[in-house]
Amino acid sequence: MAALTQAAVGAEAPAARPRRRGGLVPFLLLAPALLWLVVFFVVPTISLASQSLQTGDIDNGYTLTWHFATYADAMSRYWPQFLRSIIYAASATLGTLLLGYPLAWFIAHRAGRWKNLLLVLVVAPFFTNFLIRTLAWQIILTDNGPVTGFFRATGLTNVLQAIGLTDNNSLLGSQFAVTCGLIYNFLPFMVLPLYTILERLDTRLLDAAGDLYADGWNTFWKVIWPLSLPGVVSGTLLTFIPAAGDYINSKLLGNTQTVMIGQVIDAQFLRVLDYPIAAALSFILMAAIIILVAGYVRAAGTEELV
Amino acid sequence: MAWLRRNLVVIIGLLVMAYIMVPNLVVTIFSFNKPNGRYNYEWNQFSLDAWLNPCSSAGMCEALGLSLWVAVAASLAATVMGTMAAFALGRYRFKGRSATNLLVFFPMATPEVVMGSSLLTLFIAMGIPSGQLTILIAHILFTVSFVITTVKARVASLDPALEQAAADLYANPTQAFWKVTFPLVAPGIAAGALLAFALSFDDYIVTNFNAGASTVTFPMYVWGAAQRGTPVQINVVGTVMFFGALAIVGIGQLIGARLRVGSRRKEAL
Repeated sequence: MAALTQAAVGAEAPAARPRRRGGLVPFLLLAPALLWLVVFFVVPTISLASQSLQTGDIDNGYTLTWHFATYADAMSRYWPQFLRSIIYAASATLGTLLLGYPLAWFIAHRAGRWKNLLLVLVVAPFFTNFLIRTLAWQIILTDNGPVTGFFRATGLTNVLQAIGLTDNNSLLGSQFAVTCGLIYNFLPFMVLPLYTILERLDTRLLDAAGDLYADGWNTFWKVIWPLSLPGVVSGTLLTFIPAAGDYINSKLLGNTQTVMIGQVIDAQFLRVLDYPIAAALSFILMAAIIILVAGYVRAAGTEELV
Repeated sequence: MAWLRRNLVVIIGLLVMAYIMVPNLVVTIFSFNKPNGRYNYEWNQFSLDAWLNPCSSAGMCEALGLSLWVAVAASLAATVMGTMAAFALGRYRFKGRSATNLLVFFPMATPEVVMGSSLLTLFIAMGIPSGQLTILIAHILFTVSFVITTVKARVASLDPALEQAAADLYANPTQAFWKVTFPLVAPGIAAGALLAFALSFDDYIVTNFNAGASTVTFPMYVWGAAQRGTPVQINVVGTVMFFGALAIVGIGQLIGARLRVGSRRKEAL
């Protein structure tokens, strides 16, 4: 479990620097994994870039013509889906943060002997296929179900409709359902890094803040939040990156108005078979994420993630 | 009011916990349903049919078998390669170490749809037909970075004094490695292997790009079923996986507690 959270945080335990020169040994040890990463990750990325600049069709083959117009075409046709993916991923990230922070704090400092059990229960849903769990949301949000009934009885459906999160009196097949699904699916990725950081937080700092007449609000914003930033940064990255490319939630819980860019890439590659535009879309998504993430990491001032 | 303020975080925490647990609960409850029609969305009638005939849903058990086989093979390969690489990165100084760390990090930061599609373009360009082989290649690729990161953390936190102590006690480097270092790193390797297995078993997006038309893994089967009507058997598998995972973790904790008690007893003696 500790190793899993460490992997999730991506941080090494504070330890001695690597200390030896091994001549050829480290290269021999690295060879298989490195070869795999180069042949099946670096080369395909180049192959993707090349594919996006080729012209031709599936029957007569493709030739590299440095056809940059494909990118302009891709953007002008699919910018709404791009924008939507970024907005959904950002709202889902914010949602997981708002829900995950109290949960992580509760597990770290208020759960007592239930701590380990709760941690296991946060991770355990991972072991049930996530498509099955997303299908369960179809059952939960279905029109005749108790959740929709409650939302209708309390008038919340009208509120959601008024702010544009749903289109009609149901919950399923809406932006609301897609965002709920994304938040649900990526919540553990937020909770684990936050928990690792918050658990190490010295609670005497809170007493000290209280002694200095800080109220709860100030104690949180001036003491707890700054100290938890590394966890917040890794949690938001672990949520935002996969959420931006995800299309399971938008496909199973959304409608034609909630199509995300992953859905378009999937359709172009596997059904329309327009490889250049599919590759261009894929490449733009990767570039957009790298730029957003780099800017975010710099703004947050933690560069020790890698 | 004061009570509410003090316990607000507990209340919110429990509500969020419920949010995490409810879908699994629904999966379990609906595994006992006898649906009225092809879709298992509304409660109709209690029934043990799906539990008694788990394989009666055509093609599901074959898909499950393929997924298990792929997950075992991919996590095994990724664990061996990843552990070797983790030792190299955790113990040695060499040229290109930070570039290698970056290369290991990138696949974890790439959206699945990008990774799946770029692999597909490579396979198309090289004329490799999609199938079990391409699935295996893809799964090893996206799990190996997680194994490396997990094991590396463990290797880096080792106390170098332990190996020196072994050398002082006349252990040769091979003995020191297998009797001291490896047992200490083993929990990290086990965690990495488990993570690789879970990631591989659960993957849909990358697999869908590289599986071709006739190779169907379990997640692909579920996806296909979701379009045509959902057999109750899917919920049976989901329920078994969830409680199986809980049982494995529980047994692991028990063994861990036993070992700790045992070593404390030895210390007491």
